[in-house]
Amino acid sequence: MRYSYYPGCSLHSIAKEYDHSLRAVCTRLGIELVEIRDWFCCGSTPAHCVSRLLTSALALGNLVLMQKMGYQEVVVPCPSCFSRFKSALYNAGNEPRLREEIEQVVKDRWSDSVKVYHPLQIFSEESQLAKISSLVKRELAGLKVVCYYGCLLTRPPKVTQFDICEYPESMDQVLRALGITTLDWSYKTDCCGGSFALTRTDIVLKLSHEILEGAKSVGADAIAVACPLCQANLDTRQEGIERTYGTNYKLPILYFTELMGISFGLSPRELLLGKHFVDAESKLEEVSRHG
Amino acid sequence: MKVTRMVKETVEVARGFSDFGEAVKSLSGVDVNWCFQCAKCASGCPVSYAMDYTPTQLVHAIQLGLTDLVLNSKTIWLCASCQTCTTRCPQDVDLAGVMDAVRIITQRKKIRAKIPEVLSFYRSSVTNIGFFGRTYELGLIVMLKLITRSFTKDIGLGLRMLKKGKLNIFPSFRGALAARRIFSQVKALEKR
Repeated sequence: MRYSYYPGCSLHSIAKEYDHSLRAVCTRLGIELVEIRDWFCCGSTPAHCVSRLLTSALALGNLVLMQKMGYQEVVVPCPSCFSRFKSALYNAGNEPRLREEIEQVVKDRWSDSVKVYHPLQIFSEESQLAKISSLVKRELAGLKVVCYYGCLLTRPPKVTQFDICEYPESMDQVLRALGITTLDWSYKTDCCGGSFALTRTDIVLKLSHEILEGAKSVGADAIAVACPLCQANLDTRQEGIERTYGTNYKLPILYFTELMGISFGLSPRELLLGKHFVDAESKLEEVSRHG
Repeated sequence: MKVTRMVKETVEVARGFSDFGEAVKSLSGVDVNWCFQCAKCASGCPVSYAMDYTPTQLVHAIQLGLTDLVLNSKTIWLCASCQTCTTRCPQDVDLAGVMDAVRIITQRKKIRAKIPEVLSFYRSSVTNIGFFGRTYELGLIVMLKLITRSFTKDIGLGLRMLKKGKLNIFPSFRGALAARRIFSQVKALEKR
């Protein structure tokens, strides 16, 4: 299988480990990812607060680049980018005037048959789940995780068309295929505070505190995530949250692709696990021994 | 005032009642008059605790045409765009889309944002993308610090992220030309 690949800005900076682990896992699964040449930012959260035409044109401009490379399908691991691509396609598809303006801006057209996938949508297909199970080399059976999907993968459902919007299961399915125990909890799609990290940190601390508290209360050893911003808020701010609220979590925040990589026998170093603030390796070591 | 029946069995909705509502509609495609004030948006909103008006109240204010109240509210800058309201609205009012529209109107009218650092973040990020093509995080952080004069905030965290290689020291400029082209095209089209 071959897809074009849009990593997005975060996967080239704060979430390099997400990019590395996704590529490594795809190689093992026989999925080829071809990065879109000279892609640019999709606009993320800021652009849609400033101009509707700009946010749509930035996203669709990248899809035009993809088409020029001969692809119709793109894999987008960052939920913020995923949401931008999906929204731009949805809005342009429903509003002919907006579509016309975007076409004027990007000086090209895009086909309505282009498909935007999050890796979880590909990995949670029946055939892939079987393959994932067959590739397990290191059992993490003793590991109990909660899957945290965040806001933008599932919402709004008519736009994203991703899983069940209030209680998604695809990440749980993928991790269960690896033999990892995933727990039920109430915060799967709650907001971590997102881009307020740099401006209203108090909001991020409060919302992320609730998520960490929820994970702890069901007895999770770690939180599995699919979003660079969620990862950064829960991981890099965890110490601050512990200080502010007088709690103690030490919960590793791992990309689901990192858990896949570890289970496939890749080393923590290959997966750049050392980039996390909260140490994950000792926890993984611990459960591997007992598992 | 012209009153039209939108769904004849259920509700009677005032149309064209507020010019402000029309402006929001033309920017977002959302008709706020569908809102029947069930307050589901306010109950699900993760940030409503910090807002001066709940999302439900804000929509009501738009219906009534209370432009000053809306554009000078904290609410529009505290919305995290998490899409919970949009997802759960029984009347299919895309409230997150309304928030975008109202934020854009505020900027066009050059009204001072009630939470200026949030607007500064959005505008600096967009400038950053328009120049570098891909977000150059370190540049963005420095620019934001210069604007908000919050030099000591998160300095330890930032240094630790640099040490871990989570922030690139240099920008990439890949994709910058294409992004700049899009920015100038949008600017020209929006001026018209």
